[in-house]
Amino acid sequence: MTAVLSAQNLYKSYAGQAVVNNVSLAINRGECFGLLGPNGAGKTTTLRLLLGLIAPDSGELSLLGRAVPQHAREARLRVGVVPQIDNLDPDFSVAENLMVYGRYFGMHDAEIEARIPALLDFANLAHKRDVKIPTLSGGMKRRLTLARALVNDPDVIFLDEPTTGLDPQARHLIWQRLRELAAQGKTLLLTTHFMDEAERLCHRLAILDQGRMIAQDSPRALIAQHIEPQVVEVFGEGVALWAQDHAAHYAKRFEVTGETAFCYVDDAQPLLAHLQGHGGLRYLYRPANLEDVFLKLTGRELRE
Amino acid sequence: MKTGHYALPRLSFRFIPIWRRHFLVWKKVAATSIIGHLADPIIYLLGLGYGLGSLLPELGGTSYMVFLAAGTVCYGTMNSASFEALYSGFSRMHEQRTWDAILNTPVTLDDVVLAEILWAASKSLLSGAAVLLVIWLLGLSHSPLTLWLIPLALLVGLCFAAIGLIMTALAPSYDFFMYYFTLVITPMMLLCGVFFPVTQLPPVWQTVSAVLPLTHAVDIARPLMNGTLPPGVLLHAGVLFGYAVAGFYVSMVLFRRRLSQ
Repeated sequence: MTAVLSAQNLYKSYAGQAVVNNVSLAINRGECFGLLGPNGAGKTTTLRLLLGLIAPDSGELSLLGRAVPQHAREARLRVGVVPQIDNLDPDFSVAENLMVYGRYFGMHDAEIEARIPALLDFANLAHKRDVKIPTLSGGMKRRLTLARALVNDPDVIFLDEPTTGLDPQARHLIWQRLRELAAQGKTLLLTTHFMDEAERLCHRLAILDQGRMIAQDSPRALIAQHIEPQVVEVFGEGVALWAQDHAAHYAKRFEVTGETAFCYVDDAQPLLAHLQGHGGLRYLYRPANLEDVFLKLTGRELRE
Repeated sequence: MKTGHYALPRLSFRFIPIWRRHFLVWKKVAATSIIGHLADPIIYLLGLGYGLGSLLPELGGTSYMVFLAAGTVCYGTMNSASFEALYSGFSRMHEQRTWDAILNTPVTLDDVVLAEILWAASKSLLSGAAVLLVIWLLGLSHSPLTLWLIPLALLVGLCFAAIGLIMTALAPSYDFFMYYFTLVITPMMLLCGVFFPVTQLPPVWQTVSAVLPLTHAVDIARPLMNGTLPPGVLLHAGVLFGYAVAGFYVSMVLFRRRLSQ
């Protein structure tokens, strides 16, 4: 497979503080690749570097066969971007937003006009064609931003937190659309801090923390590699005391956060049997997921 | 600051779709905008022209109203470009993040800044044309040379758009622009011969006035109103163009620095 996007030893600092620290990655055609990390991990800066909007202090970058940032402009002809913060043109209608954006790619009006109906269908916005932006819901704005990113029929699509702030219905619709794009052979690079989103959508993902890449693999492989397969979350009054006395006996590894004890186990049966006989405590038994990996690797303290 | 920030701007025709975007926004409020551009000089000329004009029947061989009309063309075009480059430019860069959206496409910051300057100058052109129309309607000048006020408006627009964008590049918020209007635009209006001849100023202020761009605009506009070719027109136009080029370069460096953060 050919890498459509690659970075080697990418480094970027602001005021002596490394924001992206020795990051390397290669993304193949048709792949959906996720960048995960707590706030301030360097996800957005990495995207901006890959797009050639800022120059790295050191490192090699290539996007669609072009050296970045030197030839980023040519590379961006074949790229679509869904930014984290909405920047649709509020003075324009839905269709005008697509028309004006297509012109930035050097497309002719007739060519853009011909694409608009399909883009609006894809975004479920055909009935909103002539509506102004401020009257759209958050989900509609996101879908229009996605449609706008597709106006030039890009090969690679960058999505910076595409579903942040959306309700579950709106998120599911975006996910469905992203899967359709991946099925069409588009290469997707997305940042998110929703683990379920990353687990559902991404073929592979990288976890960034404080500018460093601390893990990179498929969601399944990351879970298998870093976490015991079963998790029992124990919560309720007196959980701290319970954990102190019993958790180490039943779980390979456990963590207490607030009112909850997370017990990581290979076989949950002995612990579940014990808990059933232990009144006052409630529990949730589930398979390990990406969030467990993420919290194990990046810690549980707040990042603000 | 990185050395790349100091590179000369690279000009291309990619500014055109951006200029068209600004034009399309303006088209939606065109009627209001045109009425404003017409009403402003009418109010100034009739208010000040009749009021002060009755006290000062003659100034440099013309009526005060004609004297003021030449100043109004320059002052109006300066204001149009300044407001566009500062308030609207800041809104597009910072509030609405229009620039961010555009920069994700195969367009560069150089194209975006050039489009801002040319768009603000286009607003000046419109403003200048509106004042000229008022001048003709009020019968203040019948000279065909007044048609040269139109390219002059464009040049004044380029000059003040480019200077204004320096402020936009530095501004933390809209409030910052008050300093510019209070400390730069208003003194410019008073020192550059818009309302009274520069020769009325004390010598030291006349020297200051000589280096301000608006003075050179007024020095071109006033003879045109009287139907004579402006003496030293190339020098005056050169100064305005020089300010435009320098402003473009400095604002470009500052925008590169600001947006690389």
